[in-house]
Amino acid sequence: MKESRFSKWLFGETDVMENILEMDEVHDESREQQKREIRHIRREIRRSRSAMKIASAETKGFYALYHIIAVVSCILLIGVLLFVVACLPRYGVENPETTAMVKRYVEDGLRETGAVNIVAGLILDYRAFDTLGESHVLFTALICVTILLRLDRKNTRKDYEDYYTIRTEHFHDISKEAIMRNVAAVLVPCIFVFGIYVLLNGQNGPGGGFSGGAVMGAGMIIFSVAFGFDTADRVFSRRLSAWVTFGALTFYSAAKGYVFFTGANHLENHIPKGTPGAILSGGLILPLDIAVGLVVAFTMYGFYSLFMRGAQVGG
Amino acid sequence: MNFITNFPLFTIVLSLFSGVLCTMLSGKTARRYTVIYECVLIALVSCVLYYTVRTGESFTYVMGEFPAPWGNEIRAGILESLLALIFLIVMICSVLGGSRFIDLDLDFSKVNLYYTLINLMTAAIMAILWTNDIFTGYVFLEILTLTSCGVLIVREIGRTTLAAIRYMIMNLLGSGLFLLGVVLLYDITGNLLMIPMQETIARISGDHRTLLAVTMALGVLTIGLAIKSGLFPFHFWMPDTYGYATPTSGSVLSSLVSKCYIFLLFKIYYRVVGIGVFEKLPIANILLVLGMCGIVLGSVSALHAEHINRMIAFSSAAQIGYIFMGIGIGGTAGYTAAIFHILAHSVTKSLLFLTTPRLAEASGNSLLFKKLQGSGLRDPSTGFFFGAAGFSMIGIPIFAGFSSKLLFASAAVGSGSRYKMVLIMIVLAVSSVLNALYFIRTLIRIFSEGEDKRRTTVKHGALYAVSMSTLIAVNLALGLFSWVFTGLIEKGLQMFG
Repeated sequence: MKESRFSKWLFGETDVMENILEMDEVHDESREQQKREIRHIRREIRRSRSAMKIASAETKGFYALYHIIAVVSCILLIGVLLFVVACLPRYGVENPETTAMVKRYVEDGLRETGAVNIVAGLILDYRAFDTLGESHVLFTALICVTILLRLDRKNTRKDYEDYYTIRTEHFHDISKEAIMRNVAAVLVPCIFVFGIYVLLNGQNGPGGGFSGGAVMGAGMIIFSVAFGFDTADRVFSRRLSAWVTFGALTFYSAAKGYVFFTGANHLENHIPKGTPGAILSGGLILPLDIAVGLVVAFTMYGFYSLFMRGAQVGG
Repeated sequence: MNFITNFPLFTIVLSLFSGVLCTMLSGKTARRYTVIYECVLIALVSCVLYYTVRTGESFTYVMGEFPAPWGNEIRAGILESLLALIFLIVMICSVLGGSRFIDLDLDFSKVNLYYTLINLMTAAIMAILWTNDIFTGYVFLEILTLTSCGVLIVREIGRTTLAAIRYMIMNLLGSGLFLLGVVLLYDITGNLLMIPMQETIARISGDHRTLLAVTMALGVLTIGLAIKSGLFPFHFWMPDTYGYATPTSGSVLSSLVSKCYIFLLFKIYYRVVGIGVFEKLPIANILLVLGMCGIVLGSVSALHAEHINRMIAFSSAAQIGYIFMGIGIGGTAGYTAAIFHILAHSVTKSLLFLTTPRLAEASGNSLLFKKLQGSGLRDPSTGFFFGAAGFSMIGIPIFAGFSSKLLFASAAVGSGSRYKMVLIMIVLAVSSVLNALYFIRTLIRIFSEGEDKRRTTVKHGALYAVSMSTLIAVNLALGLFSWVFTGLIEKGLQMFG
């Protein structure tokens, strides 16, 4: 009878740990040298008396003052803010008009927006302009991180090459591990299904574009961790994410531009509201949720991939 | 409803879309596209200005099918459209005048992202100018904050990255304080739309305790926006931020972004709190004092700067002081002077930031005063543009700087209090002398012969000359026809309340 791997392991014929290298302290020449240099510079500074004087003056005078001022101003600010809170009129009692807006949203929200989830109706219908801005905030952040981290002619990381090679050597590539792969193979589809569920049900229950997109983005990151960055990069390539973000934001601007235009000019709005509670309800809320979700998911994955590419020399 | 009333919406949505579109274009196409679409925006905004001047009243525009206070709303009047027009002109001139340096300073693969940031910044500026809702103001303030850090870091040299980090920390502190203020005001009034807030505040401001809470909320808001715009005790991030950035970034940050924050603050004073309540509060006097300190200390620091861009950046701190001083003086005259100075300074400062790198280019790429000796002779056209801007900063008649100083002086005379008047006059005199000192010194250095007498071999494009001339033309228009602009601003202030 051919022995299975399990029985081999049971009877002690194979060593499960044989393929896994044990991590031991690698002697790290370049980092040691860096440390030596820093120690040398410090010694030099200690030797030269004038530098010493400046350093001690700085530490004594400036930093002591700095800490005192920081602490005092923080305590002052806390005190002032607590005082302000004590001064605020009692909510709804002394300023009854504060509840008028909330009342309208809660009572008429379902009829006017067609969304069971009042929050979704609020952010994507009543105050859609703010959310339009908010999704562009995410996009702007992605652009800024791209500028900082994308490698180019100037930003080749040549100067830091030693540092980065050191890191990749020590970097234990988790994607080669069976546990990670097998668990991820089960987990990633579930995460995606859950994310899509949260995304599509934004108008009917808790959820929506931002939360669903965040879940999906997390799924994408786990996929990338488990199956290797290169595999993931082939699926969610930079090109794809650029096109998806572009398409989603353009759709968002166009759809909301149309709604703002028709609303302000008292034209008829041709978007059906649907029956509340169904998947296809809430007018534009569902498509907008999808657009926001895609932007959020690809932004999250974009951050991750940019940082990962930064960790890979010349990547 | 006239079709022109849709235009403010178009400017915002078009800018947002352009920002997203530029990520898909190549660098060169993105620049061409940006220039063309900014021209379209200028046309749209001019229509709005014309419409509001002709009808003589402002209009509100409902964003969506739900009328305010349930939905969002934007509003356009003479003041907003005038500012938008001048800001857009400055923006397009900065992009055209500095485009060569954008190509030099940036990696070619990132040029299109720079234009993305510029377009998103335009969208944010437009939205902050038009907004009638304090929370919309906050959302677009965030875009403005992020894009302004973005245009700083694109240069990817150590110093700008460091400056950007510092700028971002200061800016985020400001944003946090602003949000805190918005939350407090929302708790007090239960509204985010400006006019209902104003009505509620006017009704409950009789109560001493509530008034105190309003004052505190407003104080937090003021500190937040003062940090962002660089009022006196918070101006130390300025020289590094403006001094080492790509010329277009420096010009846009100093002449548009900080002005936008000030305008938003002004809008909150005028439309959220209401000018009647605001004048009862001590905030105006504090702003007056801080503004005056900023004027004097900014000018003194500028005098000590060893580097031409740092000098201009410190002079920015002084000019921000002028604007806050105008708000502190109060009354229609004070506010008119402040708004006029926003326009005058944004036109002038952008010109300065766009010309200094060319002077440096003619002197071995050094911005140090020592090296700049005679650069105006080596590169006469740039020297001429710089000289014009310098004259405007000093306050030579026919330039915009003169008119704004005159407006400040007359506002001080009409302020009612004699001590205030004397103090403001002294500060104006001292700052004029200091301004003249450091600008004339710079001009003499630039136009006196140095060791190197060769003409520069760098060829400026026609677009550079056109954009610089446009800025000078606007500057002269502000100076020569200041009565037209002050008339518009006064009318705009009437509509604003």
